[in-house]
Amino acid sequence: MKSVTVIGASLAGLYAARALRSQGFDGRLTIVGDEHHRPYDRPPLSKDFLTGTTGQDQLALADAEETAELDAEWLLGTRATGLDAGSRAVRLDTGRTLTTDGVVLATGAIPRRLPGPGSPPSGTHTLRTLEDARALRRDLTGGGPARVVVIGGGFIGAEVASSCAALGHHVTVVEAAPLPLVPQLGRDMAELCSRLHADHGVTLLTGTGVTQLHSAGVDDRVTAVELADGRLLPADAVVVGIGVRPATDWLADSGLPLDNGVRCDAGCATPIPSVVAVGDVANVNGTRAEHWTSATEQAATAARNLLAGRSVATHQGLPYFWSDQYGVRIQFAGRRLPGATPRILEGSPDDRSFLAGYERDGRTTAVLALNRPRPFMRLRRELARAAQPATT
Amino acid sequence: MIPVCHLDDLPVGESIRIDTAPPIAVFNADGELYAIDDTCTHQDASLADGWVEGCLVECPLHAASFDLRTGAPTCLPARRAVRTHPVTVENGMVYVHHAAEEGTAA
Ligand SMILES: Cc1cc2nc3c(=O)[nH]c(=O)nc-3n(C[C@H](O)[C@H](O)[C@H](O)COP(=O)(O)OP(=O)(O)OC[C@H]3O[C@@H](n4cnc5c(N)ncnc54)[C@H](O)[C@@H]3O)c2cc1C
Ligand code: FES
Repeated sequence: MKSVTVIGASLAGLYAARALRSQGFDGRLTIVGDEHHRPYDRPPLSKDFLTGTTGQDQLALADAEETAELDAEWLLGTRATGLDAGSRAVRLDTGRTLTTDGVVLATGAIPRRLPGPGSPPSGTHTLRTLEDARALRRDLTGGGPARVVVIGGGFIGAEVASSCAALGHHVTVVEAAPLPLVPQLGRDMAELCSRLHADHGVTLLTGTGVTQLHSAGVDDRVTAVELADGRLLPADAVVVGIGVRPATDWLADSGLPLDNGVRCDAGCATPIPSVVAVGDVANVNGTRAEHWTSATEQAATAARNLLAGRSVATHQGLPYFWSDQYGVRIQFAGRRLPGATPRILEGSPDDRSFLAGYERDGRTTAVLALNRPRPFMRLRRELARAAQPATT
Repeated sequence: MIPVCHLDDLPVGESIRIDTAPPIAVFNADGELYAIDDTCTHQDASLADGWVEGCLVECPLHAASFDLRTGAPTCLPARRAVRTHPVTVENGMVYVHHAAEEGTAA
C-alpha cells in the first residue's frame, strides 16, 4: 500500500492516521476534513468548554510536533462529495479527485434536527462542532440568567443542562420518552441518573414531545417551546440534543452497504477491503458506537486490516463511555443484555455514588458507576478479561 | 516533607491521594513506593484511582498510562509528564517530599 486517504479530520481519522504510521505505513497520507480546524476533542464542548473552564487551545488532539511527525497532507475546509469504492476515487468539493490505494472513512455523525420546514429560529442550537459550542456559549454568557430549554435528555442534553445550570441559568429539559437514558442504562439506572437534574434545580419534563418553536422580532429570535400537551415553555435559548445520525449522505452512490452507518465486519473493513470505516460513522459488526474510546480503539484495528489487505484483526474492546454531569462522573462499560438486572455492588444511589453490575443468568456483563472510578476500573477490567475469547 | 500514612495502610497494589495543592498520588507498586502529581495531564481524572501494573499507572478515564518512576506518559491521549516526588519511609511512616516545595522540581 503506497497511498491512503482519510476522510474526516477528527478523533477517529487522526487516530487511524497515527495507527497507520505507527504500524509502519510510510507512503503518502492525505487527510481530508470539511472543518477548518485541526482535529479537536468534542467531549469538553458540552462540559468544561461550555462553562468556560477549558479554552480552545486545550482541545487540540495533536500538538505541532506530532502533526509534523505524521507527515500527512491536510486538506482542511474541504468536503468529500462522493466515493467510488471500487476504484477508491474520492471526489472533493474543490473539483479534485483523489485516488489512493486505501481509504479510511471517518466522517462521524451529524446532529438530528427537529422536524419541520425552514431553518430554526435564532437562539436555537445543536452541539457537535467548535462553532456550535462557541455560538451556544455566546448566548449563555454576557446577559443575566436566561431561560434555557434543552430538548432531549440523553447524555449530551444532560451535560448541556448541567453546564447551563452551573452558569446560573434556569434550565428545563424536555424528553419525549417516559424517562431519558433508558436505551443506554435500562429503566432502573436511568431513573437514578435522571434524578441528578432535580438535585441541581433543573426541571425534567418527560413523556412529552415538542410541536413547535415560537419566535419573534426582526431577528426571528426564539421565545418559547410548545409541547405536545399544549404547554408553552418561555425560552431565551434552546438546545436540541435529540441524537445524531451517521454522516453517510456523501456515500449514497459509493457502492458501499449503508445501514445505520457504513456496514463493516468486526475488523472495520467494508466489503471492499481497501476501504475501512472507523468511529461514529462505522457500523462495526452490527453495532454503531458513538463513543470516544470506540473511535480510538477501532482506528488501530482498521489500520491493521487496511495494511494487511484483509481482516486479520477484529475489534475486541469492551464498549466504554463516560459522562460528566452536575459534578458526577458517570462511567459505563460492557454490554447490557436484554433482561439483565442491575445490582448495586457498592455505595448508595442516595449519595449519587455507587457501583452497579448488570447481571443475567448469574453473569455480570456490564458495569455502571457514579463517582466510583476505582472499583469501576477493576470491574471493567474483569469484564474485559472475561469477554476475551479463550486463547491457549 | 508530608506525612502520608502508615506503611501498613498502603499495601502492595494500593494507592492513596493526598490533598496537597495540587494533589499528589502515592502508590505501592510491587513493594516500591512512588509519588506523582495526582491529576492526569490529559483531562480531569485522579491517577490514584488508576490501575497499577508493574511501574505503570493507567488513567481511569481514557487509559493514558504513566511511568511511575519518571512521570512520563507511555501512551496517548496524555502527552505531558506528571511531576514525580521522592518518597521515604521513617519508623513505618510514609512521607512525600514535595518536589516544588523542596527545590528539586522534576
Ligand atoms: C458535545 C459532545 C460531547 C461528547 N461527550 C462524550 C463523552 O463524554 N464520552 C464519550 O465517550 N463520547 C463523547 N462524545 C462522542 C465523541 O466525541 C465521538 O464519539 C467522537 O467525536 C467520534 O469521532 P469521529 O472522528 O468518529 O467523528 P467526529 O468527531 O464527528 O468527526 C468527523 C469529522 O468528519 C468531518 N466530515 C463529515 N463529513 C465529511 C465529508 N463529507 N468530507 C470531509 N469531512 C467530513 C466532520 O466535519 C468532522 O470533523 C461527545 C460528542 C459531543 C459532540
Ligand atoms: S484524563 Fe487521563 S487519559 Fe484522559
